[in-house]
Amino acid sequence: MSAGGRLPLSLAVPAIATAALVTLPLAYLVVRALGGGPEAWAVLARPGTAAVLGRTILLVASVALVATAVGVAMAFLVTRTDLPGRRWWTVAAALPLVVPSYVAALALIAAFGPGSPLAGAVDSLPGVEGAPDVFGYPGALLALTASTYPYVFLLTAAALRRVDPAVEEAARSLGRSAFDTFRSVTLPLVRPSVLAGALLAALYTLSDFGVVSLMRHDVLTRVIFTQYRTLFDRTPAAVLGLVLVALTVLILVLEARARGGARPAGPPSGRPATIHALGRWRLPALAFCAVVVGLGLVAPVVVLVGWAAFGGARVDGAALLEPAVTSLGLGLGAAVLAVLAALPLALLAVRSPRGLTRALERVAYTGNALPGVVVALGLVFFAVRYAVPLYQTVPLLVFAYLVRFLPQALGGAHSALLSVGSRLEEAARGLGRGPAGAFAAVSLPLLLPGLAASAALVFLSTVKELPATLLLRPTGLDTLATEVWTETSTAAYAEAAIPALALIVLCAPVILALLGAPERRLEPGRPGAAPARRLVEQA
Amino acid sequence: MSRSPRLAMLFALAAIGALAALGCGGEPAPGPEDPRAPLVVYSGRAENLVGELFERFERTSGIPVEVRYGDSAELAATLGEEGGRGRADLFFAQDAGSLGAVANQGLMRELPEPVVAPIPERFRDPERRWVGTSGRARVVAYDTRRLKAGDLPQSIFDFARPEWRGRIGFAPTNASFQAFVSAMRLEVGDERTRGWLAAIDANQPTLLENNIQTLEAIARGEVEVGLVNHYYLYELRAERPNLPVENHFLRPGDPGSLVNVAGVGELRSGARPVAARRFVEFLVGVEGQRYFATDTEEYPLVRGVRPDEDLRPLEEIQGPDVSLGALGEKLPSTAQMISEAGLGS
Repeated sequence: MSAGGRLPLSLAVPAIATAALVTLPLAYLVVRALGGGPEAWAVLARPGTAAVLGRTILLVASVALVATAVGVAMAFLVTRTDLPGRRWWTVAAALPLVVPSYVAALALIAAFGPGSPLAGAVDSLPGVEGAPDVFGYPGALLALTASTYPYVFLLTAAALRRVDPAVEEAARSLGRSAFDTFRSVTLPLVRPSVLAGALLAALYTLSDFGVVSLMRHDVLTRVIFTQYRTLFDRTPAAVLGLVLVALTVLILVLEARARGGARPAGPPSGRPATIHALGRWRLPALAFCAVVVGLGLVAPVVVLVGWAAFGGARVDGAALLEPAVTSLGLGLGAAVLAVLAALPLALLAVRSPRGLTRALERVAYTGNALPGVVVALGLVFFAVRYAVPLYQTVPLLVFAYLVRFLPQALGGAHSALLSVGSRLEEAARGLGRGPAGAFAAVSLPLLLPGLAASAALVFLSTVKELPATLLLRPTGLDTLATEVWTETSTAAYAEAAIPALALIVLCAPVILALLGAPERRLEPGRPGAAPARRLVEQA
Repeated sequence: MSRSPRLAMLFALAAIGALAALGCGGEPAPGPEDPRAPLVVYSGRAENLVGELFERFERTSGIPVEVRYGDSAELAATLGEEGGRGRADLFFAQDAGSLGAVANQGLMRELPEPVVAPIPERFRDPERRWVGTSGRARVVAYDTRRLKAGDLPQSIFDFARPEWRGRIGFAPTNASFQAFVSAMRLEVGDERTRGWLAAIDANQPTLLENNIQTLEAIARGEVEVGLVNHYYLYELRAERPNLPVENHFLRPGDPGSLVNVAGVGELRSGARPVAARRFVEFLVGVEGQRYFATDTEEYPLVRGVRPDEDLRPLEEIQGPDVSLGALGEKLPSTAQMISEAGLGS
């Protein structure tokens, strides 16, 4: 399989088919929006739409900013200072990843919402005119920041470890202060990683549906969903869906510009970096870490357990079992399918690199720019017209997951293939094995850890997915995520706490396995480092 | 509801790849009804209100039922999008407007006269495409800790006054709310209705997902009044007898006191028409009507089945003089109007 040879048909056919299929929702959405009359496009001219756009941009920008500030600060504290319990904090700071963002939102509402014990306590204080409203912008900002800062933290901490201490030491020896060195020398070196983290936080916020719905904050995703649900002409929803795609592309372009030609720092140096003594800042630094981890991890879990135990919820284990099994089944199905679909694309791109194979791989990344509500809309419109037998079936739902999460599997498969190389396989072929046999016998076992990590990422995303699941699921099919949604839609927060906890229980082991022991895994260059980095880079 | 098909679907999932899936997939078998095939119901009525009713039907008829729950307006729009290509057998809706909207698109089968005969004419479609199954009144629910019945206006138009700023909650995407706005349009015209919506929007209402959430918001003290259907209060009260919420009925003839029906229609798209008919007969039969009287605190529509005695008698509630059959025609443009007022989205 040399670069100039013929493309193996057994790979090219599935690769082309996959690339074509994942663009289907977007293509049909465009068709649908263009097919709508001027009335449908009039939705863009409405004053309400401008307000929605403004709210969306404000939320995305502020979550990205706050998450970046928090993530970078935490990363600096655990890699460059004598913060007590640094190793422990390194793990703890990444752990809010186990709490799905709408579960964090649910916990916030349960804790601070109207009628909650905390709000009651604030109300009873003399001279206080009611507790501040958790709904809307503040609640959405808080929940989304708590869910997204770990991305910035993990990427920045890994980059900080890669910075050669000699550069910083040189700056210090030339008379720069510690702060000045960090600002003018270290920060520019880790900027690509910080930006990548900010990008993830921004994209996550833009496509988020669960948090903004729970917080009743009318940003694009929620408005699209509402328009879809209530208007008999659904073309305006398609038009707004395209606006959402355009915003996503805009963010991707902005990030690429800001990154410029900067490259990630090189291989890790063998020497540890200078550790700054926190001195009198030790207590404030500890308090900061405690607040961040407390809000992102401890508070949600405590609040949910409290609601489940004392909120008068009827705990029905049997009723929970079915959605749990469904979530598990859908997650596994989507994970296996995504890895199988990613392999031909990655094999072609890595081993037969040329215009076509690179283009195919890039097309398969479309899902990155498609929020769940957009994928779902496109597929509903398409299926109901041209693929009725698939409408509201598990295969179509799993296909929606594939469109959205194929990039996560692709990134993992691609880097695994790069690290394994093809020399051993060529040797096996020289010894008489066929192409498939050589791949299965030699490369596959080496690829398995990387592929398993990719599958784990797809699994996590699938079990947490909400909007596509709501719109595409078969009649009568409930997942843990839709159970949370259903209970909260009748304001039954105590009842919602139980499936929410079950979701955490389902996700936590997978995320912990991916993160691994931080000192070993986050150290780049070591074999175990790839999954953890991929967790954030592809999330 | 039936469990085995869902588990079977999950097992099938491992085997079916999406690539292969786009090529295959079975059409519903023609010919006589498959008794194992579930009766597919799109229910605009909430699971906690009617889930038990479906289970009773499954037990007595032996027909498995699969229910897709959602808001009535949402499901009506979904049925419109499907355009008869879906697989639902029945539409069980919360209000006459969404039933009419689906019927007007030619998606419903006409019901025979003997089937609808037990229901008074004013509670069913003149063309017999859907039939009312229970009655409900629009009310203004209020926080009894902060308001007395005497404080409350007698007309829905009075809630547009600035003194109600920040005190009102309702669910703008809910079908029953939309039916009430449709009734207002029929009663006072589009211009005045738009004015009312704009004034209500200016009063910065709390927008909620549905009726139950609206009552919860009153109970939590988040809002003081909510525009809802009458019976949700009784459901919450059954769990929490001390709920500080009460229903207020507006003056006779006011659009805010619309008497609407929940009802059902058979869809042409379904694969089980015979089973669907049995379900319609079950709903308008004595067992179904008793369920609405005792379990959901609605008004049964069949003579001889008495509503709960705590309820204000249906004869005493006088809604606006509009025909329920006319609401469906208005629903699509009403939804648009509410959305344009900034309330729907």
